[in-house]
Amino acid sequence: MRAADGALAGAIVFVAALLQVTLVASLDVAGGAADLLLLALVALALLRGAVTGAVAGFAGGLLVDITTLDTLGVSALLYALIGYWTGRYGETTGRDRAHAPLLAVLVATVAVAYAGYGLHFLIGDDVSARRALFDTLLPTLALNLLLGRPVFALCRSLLGRSAGRDHAPEVRLFG
Amino acid sequence: MPRNRTARSAVLGLNVRRPASPRPLSSRNTSALRRRIVLGTLVVLALALITISFREQSSGPLHDAQGAVASALQPVEVAVERVARPFRDAYGWTKGLFHARSEAERLRAENEQLKQEVIQNESALQENVVFRRLLDYRDSPAFPADYDGIAAEVLVRPSSAFEQEIVVAAGSGDGVEVNAPVVTAAGFVGTVTSVTEDAARVRLLTDESSAVSALDLRTGASGIVRPGQSGDALVLDRVSKREHVEVGDEVITAGWRSAGLASLYPKGIPIGHVSFVGRLSTDLWQQVLIRSDVDFSAIDAVLVLVSRRPAPELP
Repeated sequence: MRAADGALAGAIVFVAALLQVTLVASLDVAGGAADLLLLALVALALLRGAVTGAVAGFAGGLLVDITTLDTLGVSALLYALIGYWTGRYGETTGRDRAHAPLLAVLVATVAVAYAGYGLHFLIGDDVSARRALFDTLLPTLALNLLLGRPVFALCRSLLGRSAGRDHAPEVRLFG
Repeated sequence: MPRNRTARSAVLGLNVRRPASPRPLSSRNTSALRRRIVLGTLVVLALALITISFREQSSGPLHDAQGAVASALQPVEVAVERVARPFRDAYGWTKGLFHARSEAERLRAENEQLKQEVIQNESALQENVVFRRLLDYRDSPAFPADYDGIAAEVLVRPSSAFEQEIVVAAGSGDGVEVNAPVVTAAGFVGTVTSVTEDAARVRLLTDESSAVSALDLRTGASGIVRPGQSGDALVLDRVSKREHVEVGDEVITAGWRSAGLASLYPKGIPIGHVSFVGRLSTDLWQQVLIRSDVDFSAIDAVLVLVSRRPAPELP
């Protein structure tokens, strides 16, 4: 990944994280809100691979933790793992598949909800399982799926389709 | 398929061979190693941050650093928030509009429900007042001795001026019998004419076929109360001209008993007050009109009197 490409990816994560905490999180629909950082992260990871996904996830999550004055590292850990998994999915089975962004958004949203609930439970935060895993998850999932493709298209147009891809081709194509 | 050919190349029919044995520390392995190192580092870093942030006091260095970075980011957040505010306001306005409409519909439905409840409560309150009055009357000394009062709600009111009968919610299962007197706290109402298990039909005093022996409480003048010519007016018939009945005198049931026969009604139930007294020289009896204190058109509940003594045998 070139430096300019990395800076652009960093800017995307920075803007997405700030928009998430200042605007998008407050636009609740039916009890849930879209996760713009997650969507940007999924797009970045699919376009740039696992390492970029993990680093971008860590940075974005850390930014969210800092700005919300939450326990440092919680969102960073979640988003880093999600970024890594999405990147690996994009590098292997999801490569060049049309449904990859939506499938990745679906899995990432559910995984963040469950893993986030478990992590917050472990550190002793009071979180309602019903609210976290049912009431807010379904509308959040719907919103994320709705916005997943536009955000992916926007990130792809910003980053370029293939420039700077740092994926490791686990499946080597011939011919 | 040869072991050194990929599945894709076999399908495509390409005669491309994989290397017989992967080279040690190839670029793929290096990339995978780098990837794992990056992920491991990030995970360890995140866990360390969580641990320190969780265990550290709020005045610790990590929290201070977090606060400092948050403060540094605050202008950016403010700028983004200002840019985003119109969008958020527009969203809030739209959402509020939908919410207000649904809220208005909900409140309208709730208002209707509350209106119904208010009506039901007022109705229950009125019933409560009526029944309490009946119970007070039953427990008062004015209530006929040797009788039990069975409180009953009026189920059916007179459907027309030609039909002066009501149906009450007490029947033979409650001990009600035919000819049982029916009263309210205001006075005599009528007589039971037919009974079922759960209900009884009551002929009102204003019915053309009703007749009750009565007497003037002040003078003791006796007569028979019959329905009058108009509305709820009653007539005390067959009162001798020698009796000095006056307007305002209270008229009660006579409740006579002689030679093994007895009146169907106990003595002392108020019927009404004298409203007019006329003495025509051509009449044998005085003309005495009575105004009942009972509003026969708006009876809500009654007491059916059930005698504790066995009915007198006919000779």
